[in-house]
Amino acid sequence: MNSTSRHIPWGALGPWLALLATCIFFTLQSDRFLTGENLSLVLQQVMVVGVLAIGQTLIILTAGIDLSCGMVMALGSVIMTKFAVNYGINPYLAIVCGLAVTTGFGLLNGLLVTRVKLPPFIVTLGTLNIAFAITQIYSGAQIIPNLPDAMTALGNTFSLGSTEVSLGTVTMIALYALAWFVLRDTAPGRHLYAVGNNAEAARLTGIRVDRVLVTVYALAGLFYGIAALLSVARTGVGDPNAGQTENLDAITAVVLGGTSLFGGRGIILGSLVGAVIVGVFRNGLTLMGVASVYQTLITGILVILAVAADQMSRKGPR
Amino acid sequence: MNTTTSPNQLTNQFTSHSPDASAPLVMQARGLVKRYGQVTALDGTDFELRAGEILAVIGDNGAGKSSLIKALSGATVPDEGELLLDGKPVRFKSPIDARRAGIETVYQDLAVAPAMSIAENLFLGRELIKTAGIGKLLHLLDKKRMLEQAIARMQELKVGIRSMTQAVETLSGGQRQCVAVARAAAFAQHVVIMDEPTAALGVKEGNMVLELIRRVRDKGLPVILISHNMPHVFEVADRIHIQRLGRRAAVVNPRTISMSDTVAVMTGAKTAEELPQAALA
Amino acid sequence: MKPAIAQTVARTATRLALSSLALAAASAFAAGEPVIGLITKTETNPFFVKMKEGAEAEAKKLGAKLLTAAGKSDGDTAGQITALENMAAAGAKTILITASGDAISPTVRKLQAKGVQVIALDSPFAGADALFATDNYQAGVLVGQYARAALAGKPARIVTLDLLPGHPVGAQRHNGFMKGFGLPAADAKSNELSRDPAVVCMADSFGDRAKSQTAMENCLQKNPEINVVYTINEPAAAGAFNALKKAGKEKGVLILSVDGGCQGIKDAAAGMITATSQQYPLKMAALGVAAGVKYARDGQKSSGYTDTGVTLISARPVSGVDSKDINTGMDLCWGAK
Repeated sequence: MNSTSRHIPWGALGPWLALLATCIFFTLQSDRFLTGENLSLVLQQVMVVGVLAIGQTLIILTAGIDLSCGMVMALGSVIMTKFAVNYGINPYLAIVCGLAVTTGFGLLNGLLVTRVKLPPFIVTLGTLNIAFAITQIYSGAQIIPNLPDAMTALGNTFSLGSTEVSLGTVTMIALYALAWFVLRDTAPGRHLYAVGNNAEAARLTGIRVDRVLVTVYALAGLFYGIAALLSVARTGVGDPNAGQTENLDAITAVVLGGTSLFGGRGIILGSLVGAVIVGVFRNGLTLMGVASVYQTLITGILVILAVAADQMSRKGPR
Repeated sequence: MNTTTSPNQLTNQFTSHSPDASAPLVMQARGLVKRYGQVTALDGTDFELRAGEILAVIGDNGAGKSSLIKALSGATVPDEGELLLDGKPVRFKSPIDARRAGIETVYQDLAVAPAMSIAENLFLGRELIKTAGIGKLLHLLDKKRMLEQAIARMQELKVGIRSMTQAVETLSGGQRQCVAVARAAAFAQHVVIMDEPTAALGVKEGNMVLELIRRVRDKGLPVILISHNMPHVFEVADRIHIQRLGRRAAVVNPRTISMSDTVAVMTGAKTAEELPQAALA
Repeated sequence: MKPAIAQTVARTATRLALSSLALAAASAFAAGEPVIGLITKTETNPFFVKMKEGAEAEAKKLGAKLLTAAGKSDGDTAGQITALENMAAAGAKTILITASGDAISPTVRKLQAKGVQVIALDSPFAGADALFATDNYQAGVLVGQYARAALAGKPARIVTLDLLPGHPVGAQRHNGFMKGFGLPAADAKSNELSRDPAVVCMADSFGDRAKSQTAMENCLQKNPEINVVYTINEPAAAGAFNALKKAGKEKGVLILSVDGGCQGIKDAAAGMITATSQQYPLKMAALGVAAGVKYARDGQKSSGYTDTGVTLISARPVSGVDSKDINTGMDLCWGAK
């Protein structure tokens, strides 16, 4: 649903209502749920997938998809940590190198989609495997521990009242705010929606569709690199085996947030809500002592509900 | 010689202008040639568009009608021949070139983003940016101004859609066509080209679009109209350019020629020479 | 979910790689060397790297020719099936495999009908001639016994961070831990995780550091006062430690694990893991190669299950429980030292 539609955007409210309902449910089930400490933890637990989902949302808005996000993130984290620890490179420079590599992978995806005209599903399936292989070979499947403090700085917290808030969480929220703002209030943001909604129409109105697509994929790569930094800050190591399920986790967050897989519709803040909902369920069910297999079941049901709700809300105004 | 008068010719008398031979030439093409491999789509086509008129371009399949329109709108570059806009020669390497020269095209599939609002679609690719303050610095969209202008344009053309913020996909086919036409009319400075605007529309909606086309012309923008729909052509056109076998077969006056004669020239059953002088325009 | 194209490409690549091995094997065959194949789940996991090293060393020692291959990832049974077929065609009379799943069983049966011995290493699969593997249940029992002895009678508040629902190794280690600790537990054949009130939280870690950290954080929110954490493997233990440290609770909590990888032993030396059961991939491979040589020379197939041993490693020995120290652990560990 487009943010300028005057009609009540039920499609946009849906995820928020679902999150609210979920939180109310768990508050009733456990008195440990609605504490500052617990909620701060949940946000930290979802921040990696949350940031991955920003890049994924941008791509899905253009009617594309990126199956490689988790693996590219793992590669980024291995690069930045290995550079800092094994070669003694300045940590900030090492971080920039990691971001450069992930952005480069995104750029590769974008060029393959626009120049070679391969479907994004196939392209990113390929880069998924390439990124994974490079990560495993380069790291020897070993973690990289003993990181300099600068690299794990985003894992540090500051006090907000009686709650400890992580810098990584703040970073995630700030990035979402930035992305939301650009998508809704700038011309390039609008062009992105147009390309996803009707690429041919966008082309005919003078929008450089290929340029938009390449930029989106490369930008997504940058977000994957930032997610890598958050992952490193959270676990304290460079882990080549990270990100295995994050590919689908990020897509799940985007779908739960109400963005259509067909492109051109969706609000980026929805993806944040989608990521948080999954985290809330995981946290809440553990607090209730429910076996974790039910989390998987519930996530699956939520995805179907989210897609169905989106379909129904679109048929509404007609 | 054909003496029957079709009902459309009667209504035409009240709603269209007589072709004005003294009106200046807005657009002109001489000897356009376009080949696609072995096939010659345009074989020395001439073309003239006068100010203040609705010129319909008709022709059977393979006549070179779409190649002609593509050459005029910048979608293809002719191999030979020249194109003149307001008397000055021009070369269009892309549709954007033509657009910059003030020629707007309404494509057959409308080229609108269905999920976006009318106002957003109107300014797609040409968004207005804020003109002052932080907004200008950050290149923010001036949504207020775009909405105001969208409302103004639509009112100018008497398009009766209530909300400019509703998504285009919630509109009927005819209303969507009106949005596309209004967009072209809003930005065109010289010419508006419309490709099959009433195809796929019912009677009522088709008439709504024809009314809109007349208002565009009345605003001062000449219109090139491609259509297969003979009754509509006869209802709204001031002159009709008949394309056949890669060339201009004739330009006729819908008020003084019968529909069947027009079709005859289009299919080659009759030549322009066999038409009465009054039928030509 | 992979398109057929990717699978075909994978098969072709594997075939090309193995055809070169076939040439080598053919020459070995002519020379009378026994040809033995080793197929691991993946190429790069240090566990399998160590296995390959052990196999190569033993093969050299016994005068056998070793062919190696691996799937593309954990679960790539298609790649393993291709490798099985190609190795048999290249003359391998014994193939050692860490199976990614029972999907390989039909192919194994076909090869066994042609007289090829197929031995399972580390992971059992249906229809293997023999199994050389860690007794994962026993691995759990050892750390469970350690934990109970270390608690010395204090009331236990246990968290288990398991693998994922229904996984046999995850269940064996978990239930073994319960048994070793003295709590009611299912036997080694069960795939279900036993529960008990002393276990205040059970969560899945997927063997992943970040996910284990999340699981531990959530469990701590539920029950802030705990004193024992059992983890499925050492990456999970590292994640759990992270969570405990952030909550300021890492002292006074026993962290148990299974694996004995070099990174894990280092973590144990640093106090991040209290005790871990070390397993021996190298030994699995060596036994497997020896079994292959025996079959080639005497025509005698191996059978049944051979326990390749588990050793409890800890920096803090506890009376009543036999454990080895960190140095021993480092000597015997697998992975990069």
